[in-house]
Amino acid sequence: MRFRKKKNRPLDLSVPSRPRAHLGARVLKALCWLAGAFTLGILLTMVAYILMRGIPYLSPAMFAVKYTSKNASMLHAIVNTFLMTGLALLMSVPLGVFSGIYLAEYAKPGSRLVKLIRVTAETLAGIPSIVYALFGTLAFVVTLGIGLSIISGALTLAIMTLPLILRQTEESLLSVPLSYREGSFALGAGKLRTTMRIVLPVATPGILAAVLLSIGRITGETAALIFTAGTATRMASLFKSGRTLSVHLYQLQQEGRYINEAFAVAVVLLLIVALMNGLSFVAAKRLSRKGSA
Amino acid sequence: MKAYWNRHSERIMWGLFLASACVCVLAVAAICIFLVANGLPFFTQYPVGAFLTGTEWAPLRNVFGILPMIVGSFYVTFGALLLGAPVGILTAVLMAYFAGSRVVKVMKPCVALLAGIPSVVYGFFGVMLLVPLVRTTLGGTGKSVLVASVLLGIMILPTIIQTAEAALNAVPRPYYEASLALGASHEGSVFRVMLPAARSGIMSGIVLAIGRAIGETMAIIMVAGNNPRMPGDILKGVRTLTVNVLMEMGYAADLHEESLIATGLVLFVIVMAVNFLFSFMNKRRALQ
Repeated sequence: MRFRKKKNRPLDLSVPSRPRAHLGARVLKALCWLAGAFTLGILLTMVAYILMRGIPYLSPAMFAVKYTSKNASMLHAIVNTFLMTGLALLMSVPLGVFSGIYLAEYAKPGSRLVKLIRVTAETLAGIPSIVYALFGTLAFVVTLGIGLSIISGALTLAIMTLPLILRQTEESLLSVPLSYREGSFALGAGKLRTTMRIVLPVATPGILAAVLLSIGRITGETAALIFTAGTATRMASLFKSGRTLSVHLYQLQQEGRYINEAFAVAVVLLLIVALMNGLSFVAAKRLSRKGSA
Repeated sequence: MKAYWNRHSERIMWGLFLASACVCVLAVAAICIFLVANGLPFFTQYPVGAFLTGTEWAPLRNVFGILPMIVGSFYVTFGALLLGAPVGILTAVLMAYFAGSRVVKVMKPCVALLAGIPSVVYGFFGVMLLVPLVRTTLGGTGKSVLVASVLLGIMILPTIIQTAEAALNAVPRPYYEASLALGASHEGSVFRVMLPAARSGIMSGIVLAIGRAIGETMAIIMVAGNNPRMPGDILKGVRTLTVNVLMEMGYAADLHEESLIATGLVLFVIVMAVNFLFSFMNKRRALQ
């Protein structure tokens, strides 16, 4: 949704002999460049600072199979992060895609149910992660009695990422030209076949972009996981507690004994998130090219 | 089985799609029910007024006043807006009207990356670089309203930039052309015509950013000092509602634990109010 190519390009400035701007306007323009430089500068500073402090500590010991208080290994956290991501997406992707299909292809636009779904999806997207943390603790850890575990964390994260996938699926489906559907119907295909075989494949890059963004979100989530998945330092199985990378970073910083190792963890986190963002950007671009074809 | 599927696949899948779509509604209902059911009992033992307006937070003595945290949340958010709103809007104007397409091509993914960086990494950056910086230059411990606001201001930049840029791009092009035709300069047209025309969209972006900022936890807990007293000096520490929940949830029990859930409930209500304001503004804009 963020990267959709805009139809209106930057304004054409090729007006002959443009009048010179007032001083105030020119100062504001300079401030614009300053603000842009600040935005890029702060990103560069942050990335450069973390890379510089962290990369020297990316030693093999950091990837030791077993975490000890000597090596502060992060391998267990990486494995837990993958497990958590996979499990959460296993729930949120089908749910999100199916809901998106319902909203875009089946529902009567403007019906009461559609409005309710839209409002609740927006609500879900706006709830702060600490409230999800409370909900996850109360619902999954205590009431359902699953306890501090990867499953509890994944269930919480699945609900958190659901609105992102839902909205992007719906928008991607709506960007598919109507003529595709008409062509499919004209050839005698039913509604389901048209949706699954004709419309959905065209929308796939957009959905993929949302999934990749969700992976970034899950990898970076901390507050919601501390009290649902816990902070145990081991490779967890589904019903055991285990910390993910970002929880690991927080704990290392709080304990204060392994600051250099914490920087190394931050490097790995940054790399994962940057990779997912980049791939998502590419996927979104492919959708906009297909959609306009 | 297969014959059954062939005959009824349309209906089965329709039901499946509909059921999935209802999960959103169920999830919101479940969240509300769990929060209210676990948060409200606290108020049978502790008066609402004393909870919301009490200035002292001393769980050991069963005194739970969250006014410092409410004020703290808004204080830090306001500080974040002071930095994030002007920088974000000006950056959006730059991307929409002044920068060439090549610059925009670089800036867009950068802004997206800024949005994608986990809040715990922001917090880590803040506590490692900004906190010592403030400690050595301005004194105090460094863990302060100032650092929390600056960090939060940086974190809401992408939200403001992206919504403001979309709002600026949505302004009809003839506005600009008409302004030029009247003899205005490019810069003048941008600041006097296009920016005011995009005002409502930009405002709703700021409201969205406020919602994000009030809900932020990890970055703040690492840099804000977290002392539960009325915030004042920007070089002193502050505790927000979110931090209050995260800090004490690990060991709280009984009434203390319930007070934290009630804190979460208050936070939830505030964030929902802000979000409703956001969608209300959007709806009004769509009507115009």
